[in-house]
Amino acid sequence: MAEISKKLLFVSRHAPYGSSIAKEALDAILAASAYNQQLSLLFMDEGVFQLLPAQEAQEIGQKSLAAMLPALSLYDIDEIYVHQESLQARQIESRELVLDNIKVIDSAAVHSLLARQHQLLSF
Amino acid sequence: MIFSLAIYAAPYSSQASDSAYRFATALLDQGHKLYRIFFYHDAVHNASSLATPSQDEAHLPQQWLQLSEKHGIDLVVCIAAALKRGLLNQQEADRHEKPGFNLAGGFTLGGLGQLVDAAVTSDRLITFGN
Repeated sequence: MAEISKKLLFVSRHAPYGSSIAKEALDAILAASAYNQQLSLLFMDEGVFQLLPAQEAQEIGQKSLAAMLPALSLYDIDEIYVHQESLQARQIESRELVLDNIKVIDSAAVHSLLARQHQLLSF
Repeated sequence: MIFSLAIYAAPYSSQASDSAYRFATALLDQGHKLYRIFFYHDAVHNASSLATPSQDEAHLPQQWLQLSEKHGIDLVVCIAAALKRGLLNQQEADRHEKPGFNLAGGFTLGGLGQLVDAAVTSDRLITFGN
């Protein structure tokens, strides 16, 4: 691994179940936390459903993604964002979300967040 | 410029792997470097030595290997994603006492750290199939 620290934004845009891509995005950022990079995470589009607390994933033989999200702060991943318009389009209130330190940002702020990164890891 | 690719979708089910291959050849033709291709999620099936498409179809696993041999590109398959989908090299097949292995020689199994390394080492990381 190169000895440089880059700004890497993980963008998670898929619903928590149906496909395992949301889970694999979470696995990827947790793994990335071991490499001294400047990590942040953005939930948008269908990805905002990952943030809802009442996920009874065991009913479909899965593990609750919402239950894993608090692990992010244990891995020192504290720059976590959610796209406001994606929440609004799905009638989700930010106070419902499982992560209370999450920053709700509008499209213009998403634009500048993306522009500040060295790389995007898009899931 | 140094590029790396991350591919998530299975070959043949989705256009993504073929698009990634075309993108890879185009960037190499233009004189750029390709550092690594990281196969994650369903894209691990790109590394199957048993893929047998009909003769009038593209043979993606073979194409990746030819590209890698010609240009020295690192082809890394996420080990966790691969094992659960039944893509094993000989070492993993022995370890898990499986009757065979099917990871094509030329692909290596690696961890997600290899994806992070690709992101950090390359000027551009391009994702296909999400």
